[in-house]
Amino acid sequence: MSQPEVLNQAFELGYTYTRSTGPVIGRFLTELRNRNIVGIKASDGRVVVPPMEYDPNTAEALSEFVEVGQQGEIVSFAWVKEPREAHPMDVPFAWAMIKLDGADVPMIHCVAAVSEDAVATGARVQAVWADETIGYITDIRCFELV
Amino acid sequence: MKEIAIVGFQQSDSVSDAGAVNEVEMIMPVLSRVFQQVGINNAQDVGFVCSGSCDYLQGAAFAFVAGVDALGAVPPIKESHVEMDAAWALYESILKIRMGHADSALIYGFGKSSPGELPIVMSQQLDPYYLAPLWVDSISLAALQARLMLDQGLITEGDMAEVVSRSRRNAMNNPHAQLAGDVAPDDVLAQEMYLSPLRKADICPVSDGASAMIIATVEKAKEWGMPYAIISGIDHCIETHNLGMRDLTDSVSTRTAAKRAGMDAGKVDVAELYAPFSHQEIILTRALGLADDTLINPSGGVLAGNLMMASGLSRIGEVFNRIVSGEVQCGIAHATSGPCLQHNLVTVLEKA
Repeated sequence: MSQPEVLNQAFELGYTYTRSTGPVIGRFLTELRNRNIVGIKASDGRVVVPPMEYDPNTAEALSEFVEVGQQGEIVSFAWVKEPREAHPMDVPFAWAMIKLDGADVPMIHCVAAVSEDAVATGARVQAVWADETIGYITDIRCFELV
Repeated sequence: MKEIAIVGFQQSDSVSDAGAVNEVEMIMPVLSRVFQQVGINNAQDVGFVCSGSCDYLQGAAFAFVAGVDALGAVPPIKESHVEMDAAWALYESILKIRMGHADSALIYGFGKSSPGELPIVMSQQLDPYYLAPLWVDSISLAALQARLMLDQGLITEGDMAEVVSRSRRNAMNNPHAQLAGDVAPDDVLAQEMYLSPLRKADICPVSDGASAMIIATVEKAKEWGMPYAIISGIDHCIETHNLGMRDLTDSVSTRTAAKRAGMDAGKVDVAELYAPFSHQEIILTRALGLADDTLINPSGGVLAGNLMMASGLSRIGEVFNRIVSGEVQCGIAHATSGPCLQHNLVTVLEKA
């Protein structure tokens, strides 16, 4: 008996739609692509980075963008001595809440450091850009201590 | 408003790896036991069914629908689901009864977390543009929260170790617990850091299992003739998804939910708090203003076993068990969802 022919068809999972990130998140991501970091003024005047579309307390739509610094201060950190496969770094690193210069609200990102002892609350850090920026949060590859 | 009572509660053991047992096979034994406890036959004998689970744990869209296989849904039943802890399925069921659409309900929650990498799975509940692409895991976020408290002098590592020690010792009386033992705070402090400033003991384990509850109007509960406890209040409240805009050292939403649920801090014999990390139990105890004589997490809490999507319901069930056994007169149960205690539900229970 002859073997039946096995039908084969290549399949690539693709999405047939484009997702818009809108005027606030889209502006932030576009600025990242240009290696700038922007925040937005909340109802109470605090500068929030990354920018939010609506104020969480007043529900007011927010629109006043503010460019902030690429350096900032560590507000809190967690030392990852065993990075997970999905993590952005494959050597021990810190997750940190970082308050950028000109911002009032800390953002969360990773910090490259040689050891936990090198990291401290209050330490100054600087954004390190990816070689190629594409408008993703990962355009900031990490922060490093200054 | 109709008074609503809890009539039955059952939970599985909390195990680190249920092996080949699938979700339906985890749910069926607890359903069978809760039906038996109340003296009914099956899901046909309640007016509404609501479950809580998370498709991300199974890694397939609409995976929760398979859970219905545990019910026997023919002839058709009124059924619903929340992609949340089953404590919120209880909330939906209470609304259903209050609207007069049912006089009783079965609630169940289940989670088999062992096959995946839970802290990474949990990263996908975060902001999809700013956080999820970084894969910042649930343990790391809790560690950031713990350090804020340590830096501000709100807690010490010793305080965290006390919480772990009490959990392990209390869990020795909980036959369903996954982690139990006569562990002293110094034993905890002797452990090395895992994800600094957290030690492994500060973090709830990854667990598989399920729990189920039956509630009814007081009239229906009397008709069934089984001991019951009254749900005198329930409410929930959520905070912003922007972790930087929250005061992570406090739980404002827990306090608000407790107030709306009618909690009287002076009248809480027992409190079961859903604190997946040791420092979070301290945040919750303070946010709720619990008095020193309130028994906190006598079951060991979720540090002794954390059934994703069921542990919140189990907190309520634990308080129910202590009320119907006559051990206490009243208590509160807390359930949480989201990173660093973002979303919180408080239930107030009283002796009938």
